[in-house]
Amino acid sequence: MSDVALVINGRSVTAETGMTILEAARSAGVDIPTLCHHEKITPFGACRLCTVEITKEGQRGRSRLVASCVYPAEEGLEVQTESDTVVKGRKLILEMLLARSPGVRELREYGRRYGADPGKFSLEPSFCILCGLCVNYCAEVKGKHAMGFMGRGVERQVMFLPEVASEECAKCGDCFTLCPTGIWPSNYGLARVPHWG
Amino acid sequence: MPRLNSDADLDTYRGELLAAQDADKPRITICSGTGCHALRSDKVHQAFVDELERNGPDGRVDILRTGCHGFCERGTIVTVLPQDVTYLQVKPDDVAEIVAKTILRGEVIDRLLYQDGDGPGILREEEIPFYKHQSPFVFGLNRFIDPKNIDSYIVRGGYAALSKALFQMSPEQVLEEVKEAKLRGRGGGGFPAGAKWQTTRDAPGDIKYVVVNADEGDPGAYMDRSLLEGNPHRVLEGLIIGAHAIGARQGFVYVRQEYPMAVENLSIALEQAREYGILGPSVLGSGLAFDVRVHRGAGAFVSGESSALMCAIEGRVGEPRPKYVRTAVSGIWGRPTNLNNVETWATVPLIIDMGADWFTSIGTENSKGTKIFSLVGNVNNTGLVEVPMGMTLRQVVYDIGGGIPRDRKFKAVQTGGPSGGVIPEKFLDLPVDFDELAKAGSMMGSGGMIVMDEDTCMVDTARYYLDFLAEESCGKCTPCREGISQMLKVLRRICAGDGREGDIELLEEISEMVEGWSLCALGATAPNPVLSTIAHFRDEYEAHIREKRCPADVCKALTSYYIDPEKCEACMLCLKNCAVGAITGGKNLVHVVDQATCTKCGTCLDVCPSRFDAVVKLSGVPMPEPVPAGTQVTRKRGRAQ
Repeated sequence: MSDVALVINGRSVTAETGMTILEAARSAGVDIPTLCHHEKITPFGACRLCTVEITKEGQRGRSRLVASCVYPAEEGLEVQTESDTVVKGRKLILEMLLARSPGVRELREYGRRYGADPGKFSLEPSFCILCGLCVNYCAEVKGKHAMGFMGRGVERQVMFLPEVASEECAKCGDCFTLCPTGIWPSNYGLARVPHWG
Repeated sequence: MPRLNSDADLDTYRGELLAAQDADKPRITICSGTGCHALRSDKVHQAFVDELERNGPDGRVDILRTGCHGFCERGTIVTVLPQDVTYLQVKPDDVAEIVAKTILRGEVIDRLLYQDGDGPGILREEEIPFYKHQSPFVFGLNRFIDPKNIDSYIVRGGYAALSKALFQMSPEQVLEEVKEAKLRGRGGGGFPAGAKWQTTRDAPGDIKYVVVNADEGDPGAYMDRSLLEGNPHRVLEGLIIGAHAIGARQGFVYVRQEYPMAVENLSIALEQAREYGILGPSVLGSGLAFDVRVHRGAGAFVSGESSALMCAIEGRVGEPRPKYVRTAVSGIWGRPTNLNNVETWATVPLIIDMGADWFTSIGTENSKGTKIFSLVGNVNNTGLVEVPMGMTLRQVVYDIGGGIPRDRKFKAVQTGGPSGGVIPEKFLDLPVDFDELAKAGSMMGSGGMIVMDEDTCMVDTARYYLDFLAEESCGKCTPCREGISQMLKVLRRICAGDGREGDIELLEEISEMVEGWSLCALGATAPNPVLSTIAHFRDEYEAHIREKRCPADVCKALTSYYIDPEKCEACMLCLKNCAVGAITGGKNLVHVVDQATCTKCGTCLDVCPSRFDAVVKLSGVPMPEPVPAGTQVTRKRGRAQ
């Protein structure tokens, strides 16, 4: 497999063809924050926290913002993972998510790192941050589809499908530890009651 | 039913159809598009059928039920031939008179004609000012065609462009022609269609798809709907030409389920095209195998986004996916897929037929051809209009649209739907094309054009669009889901009179992030309604926030209804009509609105006789002390009673 050479934060980095910017950065020891990314799952590109600023050769230095978890590492790419624009955007995203789920450890840690003000937006807790790890892991890794997204926009939520979940989830529970909010086991408890009752 | 196995077959068949036509035979056409349908054109049609049966001339009178003509404000539109007289706003009650006078005796009924000022009524449809300034190359055929009958399309030259493309041009030549025509996508982005076609053609793989995007969802826009309903074969012809150029053997039409007439007419068109050999294993005997499937969308605005639309066709949830590899290369089931909007496809036969040179002679430097707009809102002549690119907004709004009703002042035009923005009066002489609209902070979008008069609140307008987007965002990515919801919260509180210093800056801060960080174009363009209203009407935001005043008297929380005791004549009208009993007073007693009970529905203002003019809306000024209960009205001396 041929390699591609790119520059991340001023450092020359070699990546394998087919790698994403995120993978290239992580293999070079550059940390990019993520919420919806998991090695075993097809990149979902939903949380957008991993957004970085890139400049392509031949584009007169014009930069673009792309989600590093899905954007392929390309030859000659110049990547800034912590530029001012990137930091500003991450801060705002974290502030909005903290208004949804103020207790999530990852959000609080990233929040400190990017100087997010947890009180910027009024609290409207939904607990779930809709990272989709549980849904995608269950579908892609376990092949069970025991849960899915329901609703659109702010109404969007993750639901167990009781018919599947009642059969499969008791013996698995893998997603319980994946969930960054830690509330998933209790949701499962709620889901099994009506089906068995 | 003929089976057309070659270009010669098509020509012969068209010749037969033409020969069978009799120009002197009485005919009527009835507009049966969505607008006229809503005005019960079906009843007008039935009335004609019954009346002709009873009192019609000897020999049949052909009735053609056509698609939308565009002048929806004045439907139902009926044209009587061979006299070529067009009647507007025809009701079933008018039918007997039309049959007796115009069809039987050739007399014109003046009261049903278009009246331009005090002059004589206008006889012919194309002479009506609304139509006179248009260039209806794509849309104009609608009024001559029965969309449910392929013959009426063929007889008007339909499928001639396809025949030319298949038998006289190689796929490369067709592609070259489209590129030279500089055709840009009519769905919103204005991406060069030729370049997109080329990408799909060049992408590796034997299986390729062409798709019609008929998921038109902008509030106030219905041109794609009317094209698909009124002339489905035109769209289909463009699609087959595209398939020939790109090398696709399967096409899809993604159409909203909420467009039942479009779905029906399209399905009939596909069926007839298959019977005629225009779709199938060998299109017109050329050897091109091509067929089309209709995918009915379940009503999601976001499904108009290309990757979401393709997910939906695959049978998955219609949500956008990251597409750093373009759908033109990897689309439906990972195959190269070329997606264009209805109007773009419908323009293709024109380019092949008339040539790229002709097409590029219309329009501006970088936007060629014509564009169909749905001209709606506070404008006299609402409807669908097709104009050359580069016509100014003023011409569209005033010459075609007939200006603003009730002599109100023009305030802005909203273009591009929820992804677009407002264009204020100072840009009225802006030539309308893709680039100029973008420069003014809006966008072409699919062609919605909503005219707003002085009674429109710009903060409320932004709130309306964000409300729409909050419902229609799929919710997958954080910036769009949370960002729109936070922006909407701020806009709602400004409209409710709870705006704070710093809110405008907060809106700008969130906008910047949502624009740059969202997964798809829905999110990336969502801040436009907010940013463009702030850019052009910042003072209105400031009035709401600082003075708690809505300059257009729209935002209910900031507006109150007040009865001027000096002007009130105690006529009891508002008092009787108030739904919540908020108005006190009585015979000869001044009427007073109880502000605590009032729901601000505005009925009192509507019913107060204009000669009294006693009810006023107040915003941002202190409410005058109400007169004591039981105050007698002072009858006016010297005022006309």
